[in-house]
Amino acid sequence: MPQANNPDRSTLITFDHVSKRYPGGHEALSQVSFSIARGDMVYLTGHSGAGKSTLLKLIAIIERPSRGQVILDGVNLNNISNRNVPLIRRNIGIIFQNHHLLYDRPVFDNVAMPLVILGYRHREIQSRVRAALDQVGLLKKEKCDPITLSGGEQQRVGIARAIVHKPALLLADEPTGNLDPELSLEIMQLFARFNQVGTTVMIASHDLDLIAQIGAPVIRLQDGCLVHDDLAAGREQSAHG
Amino acid sequence: MARRKPRQKPTPRKTGARQLRLSAWLSHHLRVFIASLGHLTRNPMPTFMTSAVIAISLALPAGLYVALQNLSQLGAGWDDSTRISLYLDTRANMQQAEALAARLRLHKAIRRIDIIDKQAGFEQFKQISGFGDALQYLEDNPLPIVLTVQPLVTVEQTQALDRLLAELQNEKLVELAQLDMQWVKRLHAMLAIAQRAIWVIGALLALAVLLIVGNTIRLDIENRRAEIEVAKLIGASNAFVRRPFLYTGLWYGLLGGTLAWLLTRLALWLLAAPVQTLSQLYSSDFSLGGLGFGNTLSLLLIACALGLSGSWLAVGRHLDAIEPS
Repeated sequence: MPQANNPDRSTLITFDHVSKRYPGGHEALSQVSFSIARGDMVYLTGHSGAGKSTLLKLIAIIERPSRGQVILDGVNLNNISNRNVPLIRRNIGIIFQNHHLLYDRPVFDNVAMPLVILGYRHREIQSRVRAALDQVGLLKKEKCDPITLSGGEQQRVGIARAIVHKPALLLADEPTGNLDPELSLEIMQLFARFNQVGTTVMIASHDLDLIAQIGAPVIRLQDGCLVHDDLAAGREQSAHG
Repeated sequence: MARRKPRQKPTPRKTGARQLRLSAWLSHHLRVFIASLGHLTRNPMPTFMTSAVIAISLALPAGLYVALQNLSQLGAGWDDSTRISLYLDTRANMQQAEALAARLRLHKAIRRIDIIDKQAGFEQFKQISGFGDALQYLEDNPLPIVLTVQPLVTVEQTQALDRLLAELQNEKLVELAQLDMQWVKRLHAMLAIAQRAIWVIGALLALAVLLIVGNTIRLDIENRRAEIEVAKLIGASNAFVRRPFLYTGLWYGLLGGTLAWLLTRLALWLLAAPVQTLSQLYSSDFSLGGLGFGNTLSLLLIACALGLSGSWLAVGRHLDAIEPS
């Protein structure tokens, strides 16, 4: 990946010896350190239970680290009070395996939620939601109820909601978990397109074949430990070369 | 002002941005306000039931309050008829009585004094007592001159009245100073108790409204758990998440208050005819008074405040507990 070899670009995410121990003693992450530059696209892999979801949750401050620190865009997340957590989350688009859509309102309203929270005016909400739906190829479904859509379409609604406010960072937790291979590739290519226009993308997935097809750098976790980091390897290479 | 000091004005761009943000904020509030009503009207039956319970809880103290006001109004009509009768020494003559009356008329707590001379008193007594024939056999008129004093103070000012009574009793010429209409005084004492009781009942029922709204909002929060989680995940502040529930509470209060007002109107309307009949039997022109504009406004404001506080309680307790996981 050419971007990963450029050491001048600012880092967006830094994990510095981060451990996460859940109440009850299970250690989901131990001593994880890595950094991701602005504009990178990274896959987070590992078997289920390796700590992928926990890692993403630490970035979105859904969980807090037990030790170590997570730095996002120059801000140490340990210093963010609960009150200010929403401000951090507004810069992140999050996509879940089970969509987290609201089934009591049409697609349009689902996608518009981040803009409503950010206080956009009605007209701007309309144009931005349509643009986001257009990007995921669902422009004609804006009035549909999410429940009437297929799994792949629902996932794309979730993606539209995650990108509608143009966040700097996109986090996706097993976004293709319930989809067939063809649809999965489509979704991954969609992420690659967002990355091409400058969004930093981090995708947790255990589907190694799919990742190989896309060909982005990989960070691999095993039992909560970081065992492989393409980005660091790339940086080392460029430093030695 | 602004024209004279153009440099002190913030730059137009900044003002524009702030105005834009303010108007976006206001329009968001307005939208949530309307949307929460829409949310309520989509489930009309539960909304009506909750509002009806609130309405009954509010209509009860409101109705009692109206009843009490009517009773006090009735009592106030009798204030004019509060009299202190001064029975003068039987040896006192008319000149002495008139001198005393003239002196007392200057008293600041006295509105008016009438003199009933011995003869007039005798005639009155003859008429009212029914002893007319028997009285003819009396050698001379045994009745004293009576001064009837109409005090300025009302019966509610019991202490002032008692002070006046004692003062009059101390007059040398006065044999006996007697306050009539003791029962009006008692009525007022009873009304005071009733008023206190209504406050207690009102406070208890207000607490009930608070709990009803709180519980309804708690259920609402449970039902909308998914929505709250998603909203928090995509960066909604706590205030943003709270807002629709607070407005829902406000609507419950307003709907309940309006229904309570209708209930009291209905009750008054049902009672108006029999009360009319009764007051006609007493040849009185008394008619039932309603809540009036000020009290209606107070009722609605109290209802809204209770709805808002009830939902605030629920929101404070339950909303923060919902965090995405």
